[in-house]
Amino acid sequence: MKRNSDSGIGSNYPWHKQRPVIEEPRPGEALRADRLIVNMGPQHPSTHGVLRMILTVDGEWVVAAEPDIGYLHRGFEKLAEMRDYDGTIFLSDRWDYLASMSNNIAMSLAIERLLDIQVPERAQWIRMLVAELQRIASHLVFIAAYGLDMGAMTPFFYCFRERERIVGFFEALCGARLTYHYVRVGGVAADLPDGFLEELEKFIPMLQSGFDEIDELLIYNPILIERTSGIGIIPPHLAVSYGLSGPMIRASGIPYDVRKCHPYLFYDAVDWDVITHEACDSWARVWVRSQEMRQSLRIVKQVVERLKEMPAGEVRVKLGRSIRPQKGDCYVAIESPRGELGIYIVSDGSGKPYRVKIRGPSFVNLSIAPRVLPGVKIADLVAILGSFDLVMGEVDR
Amino acid sequence: MHFAADYWYVALFALMGVIFIFVALFLAWLIRPHNPTPDKLMPYECSVRPVGEARVQFRIIFYLVALLFLAFDVEVVFLFPWAVVLRELGSIGLGLLAWFDMMLFIGILLLAWLYAYRKGMLDW
Amino acid sequence: MSLTQLCERLLNWTGLPVEVWVGLVVAVIIFLFMTVIVLAVVYLFRKFAGFIQLRLGPRYVGPRGVLQTVCDAVKLLAKEDIIPAEADKGIFIAAPLIVFLPAYLAYIVIPFGQPPHFQPKDLNLGILYVLAITSITVVGIITAGWASGSKWATIGGMRSGAQLISYEVPMSLAVLVPVLISGSLSMKDIAEMQGDRIWYWNAFNISYFGLAFIAFVIYMICALAETNQIPFDLPEAESELVAGYNVEYSGMRFAFFFLAEFSNLFVVCAIATTLFLGGWYAPLPFLPDDGFWSLLWFMLKTLTLVFIVLWIRSTYPRVRIDQLMEFAWKRLFPIALIDLGIVSLIVALR
Repeated sequence: MKRNSDSGIGSNYPWHKQRPVIEEPRPGEALRADRLIVNMGPQHPSTHGVLRMILTVDGEWVVAAEPDIGYLHRGFEKLAEMRDYDGTIFLSDRWDYLASMSNNIAMSLAIERLLDIQVPERAQWIRMLVAELQRIASHLVFIAAYGLDMGAMTPFFYCFRERERIVGFFEALCGARLTYHYVRVGGVAADLPDGFLEELEKFIPMLQSGFDEIDELLIYNPILIERTSGIGIIPPHLAVSYGLSGPMIRASGIPYDVRKCHPYLFYDAVDWDVITHEACDSWARVWVRSQEMRQSLRIVKQVVERLKEMPAGEVRVKLGRSIRPQKGDCYVAIESPRGELGIYIVSDGSGKPYRVKIRGPSFVNLSIAPRVLPGVKIADLVAILGSFDLVMGEVDR
Repeated sequence: MHFAADYWYVALFALMGVIFIFVALFLAWLIRPHNPTPDKLMPYECSVRPVGEARVQFRIIFYLVALLFLAFDVEVVFLFPWAVVLRELGSIGLGLLAWFDMMLFIGILLLAWLYAYRKGMLDW
Repeated sequence: MSLTQLCERLLNWTGLPVEVWVGLVVAVIIFLFMTVIVLAVVYLFRKFAGFIQLRLGPRYVGPRGVLQTVCDAVKLLAKEDIIPAEADKGIFIAAPLIVFLPAYLAYIVIPFGQPPHFQPKDLNLGILYVLAITSITVVGIITAGWASGSKWATIGGMRSGAQLISYEVPMSLAVLVPVLISGSLSMKDIAEMQGDRIWYWNAFNISYFGLAFIAFVIYMICALAETNQIPFDLPEAESELVAGYNVEYSGMRFAFFFLAEFSNLFVVCAIATTLFLGGWYAPLPFLPDDGFWSLLWFMLKTLTLVFIVLWIRSTYPRVRIDQLMEFAWKRLFPIALIDLGIVSLIVALR
């Protein structure tokens, strides 16, 4: 058999000859186990995409963990500089592909602030509706995937059944199921179709019972609690100093939610609670998300009430063929399902953004991984990393 | 009848099992493709070129478990003949004695278990 | 010349005793039975898991997808066989054999129905033989992990080594309870002691104050661990170790691991049926349990246990290695030992 080829990935054939530098055992440590350097990812079932973790393991224990990202880099920030303002919205569908609506809203809000225009009230309520439905859908995917990480396959299908129905509503809105491009600069693409709100009202109790089922199947499952409580603890001060946001920081007991702290749309006009948990561990992160879905449903109910009272009408501001904001910059942050999604746009007065910077919550949340992962077991690593709810599309952008 | 008279049957089955395996592998060899490339023969490590060797010294706890297993599984083997005859011994009035004897043995091993427990040998 | 005469001539020509020929035929039948049962259990599991998980399972190959697993088997047969360059070739090839052979040999003593017709051979050490032969599996699994030369496989192999040997101790202790009650190691004797009344079956016999039922539960928990079923599927934890010890195996070699895994699942449930649930006997005396009826009863009980295992498999998440090991050594082991001590006292005093 030919054992050597001069090109491609197998070119340095005797891989074991490239031994990693392993420090000599100190006296009295002669029985210490050898350390393995293992690559977890990019092709690994529980890194949720193409995250690569370079692990140093000692038997079953992780000594060091280093995330290696960039496998899904598509250069959205640079791409955004190449097209007009309207065109950046559809790019935003693809950052966090589990929460396209939230991305659309963040981008639109930023551009609208640059333009200094007022969006019709009905459009704002519709944006809130889709944002909260999107949050539920995204958290459902998280819980489904987390169940898979923990070896429980069945909750996956129960979560996806509910998500499927929500995606069906989005399909009724805009015809797409993943990348919606529904929220546009100056409003939304179209008004709600006939009978949409009635169908949604019928769906709300179904979703409620779906949540109960999922709680029973997974969230309060004794094995899951046993496995995930007390691991991956992120104390509040650490959470703040690493700039975490979203359910990650709320599970560390800090009630920071952009919707409450810096309200946008009409979040101050509806009645809902910020969910926090004091435990700071992986289970708290899962629990916070499961409860947030119920809060989102509360918001959805109220928004549906408001929208039913409102006459169907204008949902989009008429803007010219090309949008030319004034020279200047602005930063807009919204609460995406994963945390604070910030958009910073610099305009030079032309028809294209001069610079767009995306503060992806997944990216920031991932940054704490090397701090909390050392010292855990490989199984816990999956439990901790899974609870971060990373979407690689947003980390790498 | 000799007590081991039936065990040629096990040997026969083992032989047949090996034959089945080789027949299946032979059948597979007849129809399967064979096209090895260096990339294909690389050990799986999530599509990244592996660094270092896989066969390393593992943590001592795995070997401790093996030692524990050795001690207690041998104990179980000693229990088997006792378990078979205990009913008979009971019918001739020796049951309690036999039971007490074995409990003494188990007790000593339970002490060993307790020692291992307190020493943290069972903690991971 | 009739067929019987031809057979006789052939027998005489080979010079082997008739029992050997009978044994060979039985071996072939058992192999076919094993293959069929695995294909059937896998198919039924996929259907069953599908219904639990709000989906339909296999549908397209054959009526209601019954031929799906056969197709999968053929696919595995035709798949390229890859032996990694890093692998230790000799033991890499030997590992599937070491895992498969015990799974196959364990069938010898199982009384699928009324002996002697439905039991290949009643060995006098029956249950001890099964425990001994199935504990060889762990050697194969560690070997597979070690020989692959892949880090995930190595970790999986070490894990499963620790897991399988740890659960063997409480399992053997639980098995001792029916042995104590019946005073025999032969599978046939243990089943016959229980008879055709459900309240005399070991698991439900109230004259042991439910202690035998505890042994049954301990046995089933250990059986879950020994056959790598969720919640104890750590050796091949898909989301952690990708596939564990068999990650480098493909094609027919992988098929042997797969076959052994599901066959072992069937075997442990069959042993539980024999030891605790009255073997081939009907639950009530007036129900028929001779001839093929006995086979039917046995399969019914065994498959019920298999489905309970698969139900657990599709419901629960996975435990962690430390929880797994500490559960075996700190909980199951002392409970099984105390259970055994009290049952043996009852037996000794009777």
